[in-house]
Amino acid sequence: MVATRLCWLEKFDRMHYIKSHIRITNGTFFKDGKKVNSYSDNSEDFAQVIRAFYKEMDISYPAFYKMDNLSKLGFCAAELLLKDISWQETMNENELGVILANSSSCLDTDEAYFATICNKEAYFPSPAVFVYTLPNIVIGEICIRHKIKGENMFFIQPEFDPEFMVSYIDNLLNSCTLKGCIGGWVEFYRDNYDAFMYFASRENAKGDYPVHNLENIKKLYTTHGAIN
Amino acid sequence: MTNRVLITGMGMISSIGMNVEECYASLLSRQSGTDKARILTTVHRDTYPVSEVKLTDDELSKQAGLSQDRPYTRTTLLGMIAAKEAFEHAGLHQLERLRTGMVSGTSVGGMGKTELNYLDYLQIENPELLSMYIDTHDCGDSTQTIADTLGCNDYVTTISTACSSAANAIMLGARLIKNGLLDRVLVGGVDSLTRFTLNGFNTLMILDKEHCKPFDGERCGLNLGEAAGFIVLESEAAAREGNRKIYGQLTGYANTNDAYHQTASSPEGNGAFLAMKKALEKAGIQPDDVDYINVHGTGTPNNDLSEGRAMERLFAGKIPPFSSTKSYTGHTLGAAGGIEAVISLLSINHQIIFPNLNFTNKMPELNCEPVTETDTSVAVKTVLSNSFGFGGNNTSLVFSAS
Amino acid sequence: MEQLIEDLKGQIIKALKLEDVKPEDINTDAPLFGEGLGLDSIDALELIVLMEKEYGIRVENASAAKSIFTSVRTMADYIAKNKK
Repeated sequence: MVATRLCWLEKFDRMHYIKSHIRITNGTFFKDGKKVNSYSDNSEDFAQVIRAFYKEMDISYPAFYKMDNLSKLGFCAAELLLKDISWQETMNENELGVILANSSSCLDTDEAYFATICNKEAYFPSPAVFVYTLPNIVIGEICIRHKIKGENMFFIQPEFDPEFMVSYIDNLLNSCTLKGCIGGWVEFYRDNYDAFMYFASRENAKGDYPVHNLENIKKLYTTHGAIN
Repeated sequence: MTNRVLITGMGMISSIGMNVEECYASLLSRQSGTDKARILTTVHRDTYPVSEVKLTDDELSKQAGLSQDRPYTRTTLLGMIAAKEAFEHAGLHQLERLRTGMVSGTSVGGMGKTELNYLDYLQIENPELLSMYIDTHDCGDSTQTIADTLGCNDYVTTISTACSSAANAIMLGARLIKNGLLDRVLVGGVDSLTRFTLNGFNTLMILDKEHCKPFDGERCGLNLGEAAGFIVLESEAAAREGNRKIYGQLTGYANTNDAYHQTASSPEGNGAFLAMKKALEKAGIQPDDVDYINVHGTGTPNNDLSEGRAMERLFAGKIPPFSSTKSYTGHTLGAAGGIEAVISLLSINHQIIFPNLNFTNKMPELNCEPVTETDTSVAVKTVLSNSFGFGGNNTSLVFSAS
Repeated sequence: MEQLIEDLKGQIIKALKLEDVKPEDINTDAPLFGEGLGLDSIDALELIVLMEKEYGIRVENASAAKSIFTSVRTMADYIAKNKK
């Protein structure tokens, strides 16, 4: 794919900052560069990993079990991301948005749904599975849980595109469409999972949040959450 | 030079016509495209009417001028026809190329071919013939194929947010123009009918066994449809080249999340209210300035009540004329925002408000009712178009005369 | 009937993915929707699938479903009367 470089960054004066970031990959959960959970024994068994993490979060949210794998991954990522960052103190529910992307869309769930309709002898299409055959439902679950009502979008792209994500979110923050934005990559297909999520806003009260720019987002994504 | 986003071309293929002109003629003559399925093979053929494009894949290939030796899914074929129409309508094939991109919305992608071939592929001895469809499955394939064919590939992406996909694609396109990243962008969406979708919506029990009745007190569900709808957005500078007609401008847009349920809308229509309100604010206009609303109006008990309440709240009881053209085209999911953008522009360019078919009884919960006769008496300068998707993804667009 | 009720509770838990709920936690006569189990409209649709899958009973529409799924007991009564 020939893609024009979307270098929007130099057009804007206003800086945005990464208040928090998480990474979930290979059975390990990172928040702000620190390992918070690790299930390395079963890292390939997503169902076990995510269930164990949900239990450790201790939040009692029964709807979690009804979600598909993509939504469980995104839900846990957001739960970890938003923990202890008190975003409601600086913005209201209409001012926080969610911008996510992946490459497999909801193919994993499409297959699960297809399995309920492909056998004529045992034809029992499942509404609960069908509900999740759209990649943006994961955003819906995050928004329902945290009561987030701002702009939300789900892109299908061949791989995580930090340039696109940074540009898009900077534009939303600069145009005052939003005061804060969750961005990231939530990919799941047949037990191969990878989630990277971050919270960008204008806030930098203590002056130690990394700047929301291409270099930092790239670094955060590729170094499993640790900025060196 | 202002920062306006102008519309220079449109393309549409749906159950009511193979191009914009045919679709417009059907709208005028109250000709719905909803009928028994003829192209899609389905056990629900005699139960649920659908709004199909009345051409087989082979016929679509010929219409699109594509050779038969490459695998093209029905989604790509529909998209190619509408995208090409929009591209040529805007005269882009005759102009020097500027920075031109494409943003498309879809929900099924190549699922139509996958659901036909998936099991066979696993079982037959020589799967090579079917393997050519593997790459065509994912949502981005149809967008990239169309963009490469037409030469709109300086920036290409695909949005998949259910029924608001095409509207969101239009919104992103506008931002790419406004931020000076592209001069021109082909935006809209496409979806083809598949058994996967029909079965799925059946399990949610939101399909109507008759022709849908949007905003009617007796409504009971939607009719699924397939279509492709694209428009060409240009910057003011790019639009000045070539002495071409401008069909309107995109003046407002907004997207919100209802944060209520995975598939149902909140009873008060909070997400819808906020999306419409913010779109009007973006356009710099008051509710009074809206001449016509092309509502999402699927015909489900839930959507129409939610959307109706949101409109009554936003317009403080003085709701402008509104109608759901899904009573003609069915609910085309990822394409809905695209074809309804075309319909909104037809409304502005022909000074006409299209009727909401199949309406008989006012909803008891609302004070408003849709327009039921074609109306040419209203000066239509500003149209609000709603597209509300599963996952609480709500988008409203504002189109204005240029 | 008691065995049917016990089986049904297990089937409901499995079909609706109520992973933190045990059969003994479900009160046979308590409303299934609203409070308690926190079931929603999608759960109701899955119960319709359960009726057909496990008992061969087809529930035709949403309004019929409302009365059948009031509680585990009303479900069991309906199954006992209509099982194929």
